[in-house]
Amino acid sequence: MKTIPEYQELFKKGEITPTGLLTNCLKKINPSLNAYITVTEELARKGLKKDSKGKLRGIPIAVKDNINIKGVPTTCASNVLKGFIPPFSATVIERIEKNGGIFIGKTNLDEFGMGSSTERSYYGPTKNPFDETKVPGGSSGGSAAAVSSGSAVISLGSDTGGSVRQPASYCGLVGLKPTYGRVSRYGLVAFGSSLDQIGIIGRNSVDVGIMLEVIAGYDPKDSTSSKKEIDDYSDLNEVSKNIKIGIPEEYFKHIDPGVHSSVMEIKRRIEKEGISFKSVSLPTTGYIIPTYQVISYAEASSNLARYDGVRYGLRKNGESFHDTIRKSRDAGFLPEVKRRILVGTFVLSSEAIAEYYERADLIRRLITQEFNEVFREVDYLLTPATPTPAFPIGERTDDPIRMHVPDRMTAGANLAGLPAVVAPAGMIGNLPIGYQIIGKPFDEKGILSIVRLVEKMAPFEGFLKEVRDE
Amino acid sequence: MSEYRPTIGVEVHAQLKTETKLFCGCPVAFGEEANTNVCAICLGLPGVLPSLNKKAVELAIKAGLALNCEIHTKSIFARKNYFYPDLPKGYQITQYRFPIATDGKILVEGKEIRIKRVHLEEESAKSIHETDKSLIDYNRSGVPLIEIVTEPDIDSPDMAVAYLKTLQKILQFESISDAVMARAEFRCEPNISVSKEEGKLGTRTEVKNLNSFKAVKNSLSSEIKRQIGILEAGEVVEQATIHYSEETGKTWVARSKEKSSDYRYFPEPDLPPLNVDKKWIEEIKATLGELPGRKKEKYISLGLSKEDAKIISSSSAASSLFEEILKLVNEPLEVSKWILRDYRSLGGPDISAASFAEMIEMVLSGEISRNAGAEVLAEMTRTKKAPKQIVKEKNLAQISDSNALEKIVREVLDENPDESTRLKKGEKKLIGFFVGQVMKKTKGKADPKEVSRIISEYEKKY
Repeated sequence: MKTIPEYQELFKKGEITPTGLLTNCLKKINPSLNAYITVTEELARKGLKKDSKGKLRGIPIAVKDNINIKGVPTTCASNVLKGFIPPFSATVIERIEKNGGIFIGKTNLDEFGMGSSTERSYYGPTKNPFDETKVPGGSSGGSAAAVSSGSAVISLGSDTGGSVRQPASYCGLVGLKPTYGRVSRYGLVAFGSSLDQIGIIGRNSVDVGIMLEVIAGYDPKDSTSSKKEIDDYSDLNEVSKNIKIGIPEEYFKHIDPGVHSSVMEIKRRIEKEGISFKSVSLPTTGYIIPTYQVISYAEASSNLARYDGVRYGLRKNGESFHDTIRKSRDAGFLPEVKRRILVGTFVLSSEAIAEYYERADLIRRLITQEFNEVFREVDYLLTPATPTPAFPIGERTDDPIRMHVPDRMTAGANLAGLPAVVAPAGMIGNLPIGYQIIGKPFDEKGILSIVRLVEKMAPFEGFLKEVRDE
Repeated sequence: MSEYRPTIGVEVHAQLKTETKLFCGCPVAFGEEANTNVCAICLGLPGVLPSLNKKAVELAIKAGLALNCEIHTKSIFARKNYFYPDLPKGYQITQYRFPIATDGKILVEGKEIRIKRVHLEEESAKSIHETDKSLIDYNRSGVPLIEIVTEPDIDSPDMAVAYLKTLQKILQFESISDAVMARAEFRCEPNISVSKEEGKLGTRTEVKNLNSFKAVKNSLSSEIKRQIGILEAGEVVEQATIHYSEETGKTWVARSKEKSSDYRYFPEPDLPPLNVDKKWIEEIKATLGELPGRKKEKYISLGLSKEDAKIISSSSAASSLFEEILKLVNEPLEVSKWILRDYRSLGGPDISAASFAEMIEMVLSGEISRNAGAEVLAEMTRTKKAPKQIVKEKNLAQISDSNALEKIVREVLDENPDESTRLKKGEKKLIGFFVGQVMKKTKGKADPKEVSRIISEYEKKY
């Protein structure tokens, strides 16, 4: 399994060519996994023709189908966007193009990013490459399955409550959700605007760091993007022995014993490097899921209001304007999205806003404050990425509460805007599981460096499937 | 019926005078072909985000300052959610709980009208309804607006109109908005209630879609009658949106409040809180001109009549030209006459104060006659040539040479023997007749004062 710098080296030596790598990746696209909604072979080949010397030259990249690439349909895995072709590219896409990256396809997701399994897609479920009876996680399940099965070297996802990290855990990959504002959201179709962040799913921390270096940084088109200078994320070799890592006890309750022991094994290995750990407590952890639900559903109800059939996408004509909207939206959205729009509309209504949205906003501030306080005692937090490994397809589709369970490990970082990365911790049976490192705002370099440290002392390639190698 | 007292408040939407829209770089223009000034952002396509126009913020602050408001260093944008074909995102970005300016006041005909708030928001698109279909023009989508809301301090339809006229002048004068009603750049939505009891307000209704001051006045008068009629019949006025027909002069209930939407306002997550520093507010304050009311007082103190001072002060173009000319020719009355008569009759042309002043100087020094001055001004407007050049080209220089004039006077006397005889007999009123004849003969170039003097002397000789 090669890193992006290793590919660049091989390209230089002429041992492999970008065209050869692309052909290999295209061959690895496994239709039964259903990782892609649109394969963009032509676009990728066109990209290869450009003379580029960038960091991502000739690297096939998969893009979650809620990030716009000019001229390629953006579906968000929804029937409501039928036929919509964006006339502009997301800022991250432009930055990747400038650095020579090529786009192999648009990947499957839970409709508009709303789900934890990539089952709730108008285009059918994506399957886990390690076990096709299991979900790949979600909502960036297509992006995880694509990288895990070797059809893309790296991919972009979006993470509103864990949508990049949880599939990375289920598919044995490194998944990064940057600090809110580190990466421009311009061109990412909004789900929960105050939580959404474009993330990266790769095979290792080095690749993820390089991709972050390309896409991170201020964008005048996104007023919530930060003007803070970016770090050198391609150099992850320094981890100070003086750092302290916290173990938040609440994150280790009600989890699979295999997950517990795997994450403890990671802790033991890091300790062996002379880094100290400390038990900490985050008592508001139990409020993360309800708070996340109220805020993300509220924002989603507003963000998805534009899909009315008037200007683009699916239209079902009715007897009046409002009837047309009703019919178009009814035919366009799947039940889970409708459920979230309805709940989101309710929590913002004048009779409920004080009890729900405003209260959730307050609790969100308490959660953030609690993280800030813990980060005065320690520099990082180590937690499981998910309570269990990937669950069977169909197990939770009728149970929205159970579907949200994995979010309790990940959504805290979204509510508090913190950077968090998930990386492989081991296998439970034939399924990988991950650990998570949460850092202080804008310390992407720090959390990726810890992952790099673990990678170097214990290469986990052994348990990663053969299919991932080219 | 006279014991019912109306209580009126007014909401005004004014379009800010910016080059581009509130959240994207599309030009703001009037009368362009439909859907030409649009982009992904103002069409609300999936994936777009708003970026705030700094000039719009500056103008909103300026409006707040001009209306004597408190400017808030932190204000917050909010989403107002509702479905309408002309609202491409399904929500309007506006300011709700934390507007940019609050607690202002202005004087209208000696009465203080309190301004509750001024906030920034984006315009929606325009629906064009045809018999079998509706079309939407998104050129206006995202155009920057300010909403200006008064406290219910207005007690008559006339007062409402006076307030609106004052507000419109302030916005125009400070270059905050062109505020042309016919272009929907200045839209008024008064709300009104009537009550008999002192200190107790009735249920209010909101009047929408008013296109002129006349419509504001008439609709409010009609609505007062309608509400009193309801109360007199022992019924209750319902909270409602009211429409007005200019044809019938009547108001009617368009939408009762029970059916009104719950807009589900919440803070706009795509825009951080708007922070403006005090220094910037001070800088904007320094750009504020004198308001029409204060200008009028100043002009009266320069000796202009109340009426003339009002006319000049109410136009920012006329008043700035007037003041610029005064710096060069310090003759307020003379200058004001030129502005009021000639400049206005030419339709307020774009003319430089320096040229204007030069022309007035030539008249004052007797170099050209007043009539020639008017001709020079008209020619300047047309050709932009310098006054001196026009005078030369058109041979407009006044004849004030006494010898030359005496010769012409003698000719005129000879040509009109009867009148000449009567003048000799002391019929002084004929002086005017002869001056007129001389002016006619010289095509207005003679200095009338000099002509008059020569003729008078001639009369005295006999």
